[in-house]
Amino acid sequence: MPSDRYQEVPLEDKLRLFEQVKADPRFDDYLYGCYECGICVAACPSARFYDFSPRKIAQTLAREDVELFYEQLNDDIWNCSQCFSCVRCPRKNNPGGLITIMREVAVKNGLRSTKQALAGYTRIIYKIMTTGTQVSPDMLQEDAFPDWGPGVKEVAQNLALWRRALPPETLHTTGLSWDVEERTKQELYLIWKMTGALDMIAQLDEGLHDIMEEVMEEALEEGGWSTH
Amino acid sequence: MAERSGTTPETERRFTPDPTTTRDEDLREAIWELGKEGEWIVQPVPEPYYEARTKYGRTKKIPLEKTWHHKSCGQCGHIPGYSTSIFWLNRRLGLDYFDPRDQTSCTAWNYYASATSNQAAQAAVAMRNFAAAYQSGYYPLIHCGTSFGHYKEVRHELVHDHQLRRRVREVIEKLGRPFVMPEELVHYSEWMYAIRDRLKEHQVYDLSQITATVHPACHYYKLQAGDAVYDPEIYGGQRTAVVTAVVEALGAHVADYSTWYDCCGFGFRHILVQRDFTRSFATLRKIEVMKEEANPDVVLTHDTGCVTSLDKSQFAAQAHRRNVGVPVMSESQFAALALGAHPFRVVQLHWHATEYRGLLAKIGIDAEQAWAEFEDDLERLKAGEMEHLTWEAVL
Repeated sequence: MPSDRYQEVPLEDKLRLFEQVKADPRFDDYLYGCYECGICVAACPSARFYDFSPRKIAQTLAREDVELFYEQLNDDIWNCSQCFSCVRCPRKNNPGGLITIMREVAVKNGLRSTKQALAGYTRIIYKIMTTGTQVSPDMLQEDAFPDWGPGVKEVAQNLALWRRALPPETLHTTGLSWDVEERTKQELYLIWKMTGALDMIAQLDEGLHDIMEEVMEEALEEGGWSTH
Repeated sequence: MAERSGTTPETERRFTPDPTTTRDEDLREAIWELGKEGEWIVQPVPEPYYEARTKYGRTKKIPLEKTWHHKSCGQCGHIPGYSTSIFWLNRRLGLDYFDPRDQTSCTAWNYYASATSNQAAQAAVAMRNFAAAYQSGYYPLIHCGTSFGHYKEVRHELVHDHQLRRRVREVIEKLGRPFVMPEELVHYSEWMYAIRDRLKEHQVYDLSQITATVHPACHYYKLQAGDAVYDPEIYGGQRTAVVTAVVEALGAHVADYSTWYDCCGFGFRHILVQRDFTRSFATLRKIEVMKEEANPDVVLTHDTGCVTSLDKSQFAAQAHRRNVGVPVMSESQFAALALGAHPFRVVQLHWHATEYRGLLAKIGIDAEQAWAEFEDDLERLKAGEMEHLTWEAVL
């Protein structure tokens, strides 16, 4: 049955996004067709907890059902666990990989549903893009992880001391997972700038983008890098 | 001896690999070919190396030393005993290794969580780290299962897409770095597999009374599946052999359970901002099934996210009186304990959420005394008698 959701969105907008997904160089390597066998669904953890199906993702893209594609782009893709259990597909499809591509397109186009899905996540983007490490010891705070038990509070209270009680010299850090050299961080900033990854953030959260751009520009200038 | 727990695999069949009928290609020939054409420098695996069999019967070189440790942000940040144990094992066995500061995360946790990156950026991050390893004279050994899986994807894309290769090469040259592809991509659990007999030689504790369940990490063996290590002696060659082969070499019992193929529920985005999914999946589909079918003393795995999900998710489930309550750690931490590493100075079990003291007692380690020793270290650190706990103090 064709999707009747998002009727207010013009078809040409949906087609434009669909073409962006198809234009990704990985697309043809991730989609070969579908037997409708359901092996991917049986293996999928998200399918057990959400109204979500990797089979439907593969089929929608193979059939070029643009209306359903747009619905999935908004309502389904952020449920995927990206575990790639679905790659046991006998046709060698990669539904998880197709979802990665769809997510990239959703971010680049600043879809409202994407902003909602990543609303609580932007501090992590700041951490990884500016420090080169995704999670840091000082993120272990009771209010952020109340479901992880009283140990989180104990870690937070003793953090600086416990980090000094680690034998590896690189791990005496609290704001980064390990001690990353300044030059290494600067090289990472250049990568984000030169590949357009930093620009992607502007569509998601302009304020976050501007803060990160300032941090990176300043560091690159201090490091004597030309950004042009 | 009491009857061993765990399910019995329903088949006695063995998987006999045939390299000529594989689902995916062996990229290594193409990597060397591209090296000959001047597309990149190929960093060879340093000798001495171990030759392991991969899923379809190919041979993979696993370096034993001169390893450049590509650390994991989740391990170093929240499970520091994981990486510390890997380093400690190198030192205990007298193997030369390098723990670099010129290393970033692979950034794949973020990529799989938020997609706020792209193919070229991800490949450039990988190639920058590979260049740093090459320039140090050491060979990359990747601690995180997701980094390993993602780098294999990146390698596949770089081999097949010359436009991507050119674009990433330009970025790396702008950084003033050489463009280098390692001959093999190697996960630390493959290194553990390669040294399992040497670990046994240095073993201090008898583990014959310990039952473990093993969770194989999705990104280790599902992403670019042909490049994971398999062994006909382990599960008849039908599942990856890493972790299980090490635990068995150390004399512990590995009990089987029916949901071994399921993921841990990490979800990348979910573990940080939508943990109702993670907690449910980790406990209902993994821990409870393990408890019911195998009742293990410990759950062992080989990836950052898996240790995190399976360990941290149990606290909330206990409040709902679910059948949970089993310690979770990496096989590197388990092996370090077996070889006599201190449970707090090295294995750093106080960062874990689940109760581990029962396991330590069963192994024969006095947890109370060990904690008192560690508290003494902390007092000395507080008093300024030492700045950091040093390797000399823990070996």
